Amino acid sequence: MDFDGSDQPVPDGGELGSAPVAVKISIAGGFGVGKTTMVGALTEIQPLRTEECMTEPGAAIDHNDGVENKRTTTVAMDFGRITISSDVVVYLFGMPGQSRFWFMWDDLSRGALGAVVLADTRRLADCFPAIDYFEHRDTPFVVALNCFEGVRQHELDEVRLALDIDRHVPVVRCDARERESCRDTLVTLVNHSIDMLEAPAPAPSGTAV
Amino acid sequence: MRPYALVRGRTRPSGEALDVIAMVHTLGLPTPAGPDLGPEHLALLEHAHTPMSVADLASRIDLPLGVVRILLGDLRDLGLVRIHRPRPAHLTDVRLLREVADGLRRL
Repeated sequence: MDFDGSDQPVPDGGELGSAPVAVKISIAGGFGVGKTTMVGALTEIQPLRTEECMTEPGAAIDHNDGVENKRTTTVAMDFGRITISSDVVVYLFGMPGQSRFWFMWDDLSRGALGAVVLADTRRLADCFPAIDYFEHRDTPFVVALNCFEGVRQHELDEVRLALDIDRHVPVVRCDARERESCRDTLVTLVNHSIDMLEAPAPAPSGTAV
Repeated sequence: MRPYALVRGRTRPSGEALDVIAMVHTLGLPTPAGPDLGPEHLALLEHAHTPMSVADLASRIDLPLGVVRILLGDLRDLGLVRIHRPRPAHLTDVRLLREVADGLRRL
């Protein structure tokens, strides 16, 4: 067990029993789209990793030939931390992309301030589940096109059309390896969350324009 | 030892499941002697002397989130930790969100 004193403590709010306000931002998108890279580019500490056990029988869907009766899988979750002030800390949680881990999304994104949906123009459909998920929960989100080298940069409007999302949802380009680019994406998200709060409530009929 | 053996096969904590960003704070009370607390409980108490999130704690002691939640539930039931749940009201607090946006811009 690790008892060394090298931990970087979360700033204390001061008096005994107080704690900083923690807010959560989800980083979602398909498998391999760059979520872990983005968390790593933003976090002030080395990306942390925790695990959860999956106890369902997994052999049929895991396609792990030769491993019969596989009963448990461990799924690793990446998360990062950004200290805003002595009173406010932002946590970033990468949401596992593979469909067999979607059951964890509720746990990781409950109460999130918002979400970044990372998308790859070569596999745009991979981000549909994440977009559906946040749309249905009225969680503010932005779509960030991870610009891999050598990939033609589609027009953002083209992508918006293909994704069929409301026009108020920001669609931005992002390089998940670049801290500044990831930071700008988060700022866009938080500003979007503020806009959603300040916007007048939609008409009951709900026809989006 | 297999992780769930630590919690004697329990798969759910007593009470409500803890959010991954709930902040845990050790209250600094004397640790009761007896069989209730294992080394993992004590490690959690040690790490949470400064308020620390459930996710951070799970990462620090390298145990699955589900197990850590159960252990923290034990500590809460024994009155050894204070747990600050995230407040939904924070998500509609425009002043807080502006503070977050400003802080991110400074990165």
